[in-house]
Amino acid sequence: MAEQRIATPSELAPVASAGDFFALLKPRVMSLVIFTGLAGIIAAPGHIHPTIAFIALVCIAVGAGAAGALNMWYERDIDALMERTRDRPLPAGRMEPGAALGFGAVLAVGSVSLMALGVNWVAAALLALTILFYVFVYTIWLKPRTPQNIVIGGAAGALAPAVGWAAVTGGIDAGALALFLIVFMWTPPHFWALALYKRGEYDRAGIPMLPVVAGERETRKQILIYTVLLAPVAISPWALGFAGTLYGAVAAFLSALFIAGAWRVWIDAREVAARRLFAFSIAYLFVLFLALIVDRLAGFAA
Amino acid sequence: MEARVSDMHRRQRGRNWALFGVLAALVVLFYLLTIVRFGGTLS
Repeated sequence: MAEQRIATPSELAPVASAGDFFALLKPRVMSLVIFTGLAGIIAAPGHIHPTIAFIALVCIAVGAGAAGALNMWYERDIDALMERTRDRPLPAGRMEPGAALGFGAVLAVGSVSLMALGVNWVAAALLALTILFYVFVYTIWLKPRTPQNIVIGGAAGALAPAVGWAAVTGGIDAGALALFLIVFMWTPPHFWALALYKRGEYDRAGIPMLPVVAGERETRKQILIYTVLLAPVAISPWALGFAGTLYGAVAAFLSALFIAGAWRVWIDAREVAARRLFAFSIAYLFVLFLALIVDRLAGFAA
Repeated sequence: MEARVSDMHRRQRGRNWALFGVLAALVVLFYLLTIVRFGGTLS
């Protein structure tokens, strides 16, 4: 009879904590997605029951978290090479890859199903598209292959306000498209500012970010171009008439500041300028969408 | 080794409570959803 032996704790699979599973959801990215999704819900014309709006927001948050978990599962080898990401649950060895994959898949299917059953099919289809685009188009296809990865891949994050909008209206129109374009045009200067001072890490990990492939000068130029292009897009909700003068004024002012910051990065090659622009870009999106929410709630729109 | 086993149990217990919280929240969420969606037709 074969001798049976009890495995010692060091031989057992790692037991990930609840905090490790939470970290898989990329909570900081999720907070921005929740906020822009909420702005989409509030800015959209029409009425939605608060409970349904809350469910839509939960689905957007969980869907974004699922995409983050699947991204971490796929990129666990790359994450181990970068200082910024090496303490994540998978590269740190605190979790089995299969657990992260199962967690992400269950959350993805669960969030889309709940959105379809509880809110509407258009919002659910957009949420599914967001998750699939982030995982397959951005993470697996574009990110390791082209410096345009975050330009096209940014569409995934940009869909969050459109999902919120669709939760209210049941469709996609010019307003949803305008909110989508704001985040879409904001994403490249945001990530390229980060990549300017994290260039070495991306280089070591073999990720072809723009500063690695085209150099810092070209990246600075592209940041400035995208920031200038973002300005009219940011003001468009006011121009289209679904946001009021408060939003229009805030969008114009913030965009001028963003362009000034991008200009500073263009003429100042020091790391500190890129760091400041990265920090400002986060504040830019938060304040812009906050202005949209306040504008709508206060009834500044025509 | 005992400390490691204890740590594993602590993390497992934390996960169990987190899962309980998620399931309880889902029960409340589906209850509210049912009331909002079908409240009018049931009454």
